[in-house]
Amino acid sequence: MTAALRVLEFNAMGYRRVWRGTLFSTFLSPVLFLAAMGLGLGAFVDQGGNGALGPFSYAAFLAPGLLAGQAMQTAGFESTYPIMGAIIWDRTYFGMLATPITVTGIVFGTLGWMAVRLAMVSTAFFIVMVAFGLVASPLGILSIGVGVMTGLAFAAPIMAFAATRKNDQAFSMIFRFGLTPMFLFSGTFFPIERLPARIQLLAEILPLHHGVALARHLCLGDAADRSDQVVHVVVLSAYIVAGTIAALITFRRTLVR
Amino acid sequence: MATSSEPALIHARGLTKRFGAFTAVDAVDFDVAPGESFGFLGPNGAGKTSTVRMIGCVSPVTEGVLTVLGLDPAADSSRIKSRIGVVPQQDTLDMELTVRENLVIYGRYFDLSRREAGRRADELLEFVQLGERAKSQVEPLSGGMKRRLTIARSLINEPSLLLLDEPTTGLDPQARHLLWDRLYRLKQRGVTLVLTTHFMDEAEQLCDRLVVMDKAKIVAVGSPRELIEQYSTREVLELRFPADAAPTDGSIFDGVASRVEQLPDRVLLYADDGEAAAVVLHERGVRPETSLVRRSSLEDVFLRLTGRSLIE
Ligand SMILES: Nc1ncnc2c1ncn2[C@@H]1O[C@H](COP(=O)(O)OP(=O)(O)O)[C@@H](O)[C@H]1O
Ligand SMILES: [Mg+2]
Repeated sequence: MTAALRVLEFNAMGYRRVWRGTLFSTFLSPVLFLAAMGLGLGAFVDQGGNGALGPFSYAAFLAPGLLAGQAMQTAGFESTYPIMGAIIWDRTYFGMLATPITVTGIVFGTLGWMAVRLAMVSTAFFIVMVAFGLVASPLGILSIGVGVMTGLAFAAPIMAFAATRKNDQAFSMIFRFGLTPMFLFSGTFFPIERLPARIQLLAEILPLHHGVALARHLCLGDAADRSDQVVHVVVLSAYIVAGTIAALITFRRTLVR
Repeated sequence: MATSSEPALIHARGLTKRFGAFTAVDAVDFDVAPGESFGFLGPNGAGKTSTVRMIGCVSPVTEGVLTVLGLDPAADSSRIKSRIGVVPQQDTLDMELTVRENLVIYGRYFDLSRREAGRRADELLEFVQLGERAKSQVEPLSGGMKRRLTIARSLINEPSLLLLDEPTTGLDPQARHLLWDRLYRLKQRGVTLVLTTHFMDEAEQLCDRLVVMDKAKIVAVGSPRELIEQYSTREVLELRFPADAAPTDGSIFDGVASRVEQLPDRVLLYADDGEAAAVVLHERGVRPETSLVRRSSLEDVFLRLTGRSLIE
């Protein structure tokens, strides 16, 4: 485990130089999203109101979903190009493996660092949500943890895949045919119950819906059915665990020959 | 020299590395004694990197016996790695970190405290003459500077054994000589050096003992002097002929040298007295464009052993 901490430290060392640059965009993105979609589109939706959202504004409904979606996007980016680059271009991990750092340390340290990054972007998102008055329940703060879990549920399996790549061709496919449709159809913008049954089932199998639903219930404080929340946590955890195991396998295959 | 009384720092018997069906290292035997400087000389593809990577515990041994510092790489890789330094063939420097940070984080991998890693980093930057570039990014450094930084990084854990895979390939002569000088100093401090190279002058300069590798096998072992004595003559007469004017009948060289190599661009005559051979050939009417007598080198040893030049 010290090895994992050292790998995390390595990432933090590199990030120290660029954090100022990312800080602005980390806050800017939720502000823009919530201003445009939450307040702009939200006012429009709420006026036409059929009461489908109960006592909540559309903005309050949307914001936690966007938080989870943003975590997914961040994870998608961090677990594709930088991972392949560290293997193929900079050979970073090979340098580490010449020292007592192990493949396991590399995988856990890299995921650990992603958890830190996800906590940062989710915290920023949550702060903006509070500023916009969109968090109804004190439990909403736990949505930061949901952001981390949702991100890791994508980061672990995608990183496992990235380690098998010799070029970046497949990555734009992941975004175009994987993450972007998921962002649109996982209950972020409207409840998945509105989807055709088959697509709804698909959304329920994929991780983002579970992150969205969990963050939403926590922020709105309407978690009526506890067992639903447990299912969300279990599904996200399953993706994290399976992805991590896959990453341990593919990283070892690529790095130890 | 390795003697039987000293335990070997590296011990290999029948050491084999296969990638699928392809054999990159084919049952090689060698021992490296503490404090010596040991080389693997051979052309590209000979299996040098594959061998050194097994010693560095980053590549699993396919077959055979290998011990490093008396330990088994399969069981004790972390302990071995903590005590050796590695300069890989391709640099693995961290591009997003500064020169100094590259050393500090590497020290952290070896569990040094931040303060100790920083102290050693400063010391090593002076040693490889990069003190003034401490805060610079890695990217703009010249090839020679990057190599020196890699060497400094490999020394952060104060290793007793240093593995160097083609330390000076791709460097200009000045950069090479600076590097050789640093390696020589390390050797004087008692660090055991294991290096691979396809430069015979590098092997002659740096190695107490070396093995000649070709096509996954070790074809000879000894000190540079022993190898030359055993496989070559004292001197070599090198003749170059104008285009189309090279003697077509090799028999004209009969009897003047113990061995003749006709290469595309020149003829090498192996004789203990090159000057005398040149005189005889002149009497026979041989008129080369240039004629040069030089001492035998490891290049000649390699040519003798494999029938090919080291660098194509
Ligand atoms: N990971 C690998 N997979 C397949 N073949 C490899 C691998 N690494 C090296 N080889 C092959 O093994 C042979 C020896 O390579 P190497 O040890 O790098 O030689 P050298 O360092 O002497 O140039 C080469 O033919 C090379 O292509
Ligand atoms: Mg090599």
